[in-house]
Amino acid sequence: MQSADTPTSNAGRAPIAEFRAATKQYGAVTAADQIDLAIMPGEFLSFLGPSGCGKTTALRMLAGFEVPSSGSVHLDGQQVNLVPPHKRPVNMVFQHYALFPHMTVADNISYGLRQQRPKPAAAEITRRVEETLTTVRLPGFEQRRIWEMSGGQQQRVALARALINQPKILLLDEPMAALDRKLRREMQIELQSLQRALGITFVLVTHDQEEALSMSDRICIMRAGRIVQIGTPRQLYDAPLNRYVADFVGKSNFFAGPLSQIDGPIGTVSLPGQSGQGRLGQGVQKGANVSLSVRPEQITLTHSGPGLEVLIKNRIFLGEHTEYLVNHGDLGDFLILVSRQGEALEGTFEPGEPARAHWKPEAALILNND
Amino acid sequence: MSPKLINRLLLAPAGLWLLTMLVLPIVVVVVFSFGERAQAGGYVPAFTLEQYLNLPARWKAFQNTLTLAPVGTLIVLLIAYPLAYYLAIKANPKWRTLLLILVIVPFWTSILIRSYAWIFILGGRGIPAILEFFGLEGIRLINTPFAVLAGIVYGYLPLMVFPIYVSLERLDKRLLEASADLGSPPWRSFLQITLPLSLPGVATGCMLVFILLMGEFLIPAMLGGGKVFFVGNALVDLFLQSRNWPFGSAVAVALVLVMLVSVTIYMRAIKRWGNGRDDVSLM
Repeated sequence: MQSADTPTSNAGRAPIAEFRAATKQYGAVTAADQIDLAIMPGEFLSFLGPSGCGKTTALRMLAGFEVPSSGSVHLDGQQVNLVPPHKRPVNMVFQHYALFPHMTVADNISYGLRQQRPKPAAAEITRRVEETLTTVRLPGFEQRRIWEMSGGQQQRVALARALINQPKILLLDEPMAALDRKLRREMQIELQSLQRALGITFVLVTHDQEEALSMSDRICIMRAGRIVQIGTPRQLYDAPLNRYVADFVGKSNFFAGPLSQIDGPIGTVSLPGQSGQGRLGQGVQKGANVSLSVRPEQITLTHSGPGLEVLIKNRIFLGEHTEYLVNHGDLGDFLILVSRQGEALEGTFEPGEPARAHWKPEAALILNND
Repeated sequence: MSPKLINRLLLAPAGLWLLTMLVLPIVVVVVFSFGERAQAGGYVPAFTLEQYLNLPARWKAFQNTLTLAPVGTLIVLLIAYPLAYYLAIKANPKWRTLLLILVIVPFWTSILIRSYAWIFILGGRGIPAILEFFGLEGIRLINTPFAVLAGIVYGYLPLMVFPIYVSLERLDKRLLEASADLGSPPWRSFLQITLPLSLPGVATGCMLVFILLMGEFLIPAMLGGGKVFFVGNALVDLFLQSRNWPFGSAVAVALVLVMLVSVTIYMRAIKRWGNGRDDVSLM
């Protein structure tokens, strides 16, 4: 897991890749809109967003498959808008791997080496393939056919194929979309340690917030072709710019209403039947329609404590946590996450049972809706 | 009824068809080929190798067939591949269906009528007349191997285009992106990815065209004018004109054997080349 809150130290270093107002239009559709971003050497950066948000377009502009309609893309300080993919020092792990079906594992992996001119010696190629297969923990698989490999193994082959040319940036397009949950988790950990070990810049595209949160140094949240917020996973989780980011990064409950009062760092939102307090988020203004965002784990559920009177609607056991869906007469449904320790204190709650939900004002955040 | 009996009953129509349409005629032809010609033509039972010993008399027909069929197949392939490539990869998908139909349209007319058109195109008042206009006099096209090849290319093109088109169309375009991403310029991606993955289509197309060409008689008859004739023409001649059934049968048996041998060699080559390539079906 990522422990540091500070982004990779970039002091005095030039970005390895840069988007400058990069825009991509397909007819009337703007897939990427004025993207400005500097990617630092050695960092693990993720583009996170729902499908159609422009994250894949951004990645493809880096790879050279898309030429920006306006603005520019830079690699290592050079403007590369018109440099074709085969001349760029970046390699990609494709969404469905795009492994060459008519080649063995070794031929797939050595493909990049074999495209170099002058071509490396056969012995050198064999050695590098062996080395790379060991890196992705598939030693001895050289002569296997692609279709003999499982999904997870194919993913490693795709990774090895992209790594063998020692790219300046490794691009990963939803690389784990086809894997089952457990395997995905394993691959995430492996990818992260691989990135640390190799020191290569990784740029990942994903719609899976958990994946982005657990692996990235920085995450770039996108919507409708634009970057909404860039930050470390913790920054995005603790200080989302708006409701969209809070909703995309982790789970949250939102209660909408106008911001009626501001007292220093705390604001009050008028909600149906009551008012709710929370820390003021970025750029919120008095009188504006805002959302009070409360993370499910920040709410305390008790049998007879302080707070809102709610009715337990549903209970989902998640192992280390239990998720309760509760209903409040005025505020509607919302989620509460109770940890094992919390349950030890209060016991469990049965569906249909009344209970009390409470959170501290500092635990809630007042966010702009957009 | 036992499942075994049901199976047999279900296979009976196909079996009967094979027996009457394939096995019996071949047996008849083989039997005839050892017989003698009756005075008025036809067949008299006998057992002689005379007909087979006489085969060199038709050597020219075999020579023409065995050169023009492979050469024709190769030319058809060389023209069909770029066309199929364009249709499957380069053409605007909006127009693709229309373009494909255009490839098939000639099939809607009898090959006989289309060959007549070629007689005119290649004949004295066709292309040679145009060439004459530009000062190139005395060029003869009709009744030459060139005319036969032109007819072959024209007639057999769709048979080659379609299998290749299908294999190119199925090709995952992301493989080409992956190839480019790994440093391969487009022309090398073509040689390393597109071409190998479309070879099953090429193999199928070549097989179809070659086998049909080996038995071709209409195109050489019309565009070769008796000067460029195939084994097929020799057969028509022997059976219908000189009514020498035994000798015709011997020629037919020889053609079947030549075809079997060349197809076997071809299949072997494909198998060897495709060894371990079970990822793509070859035929």
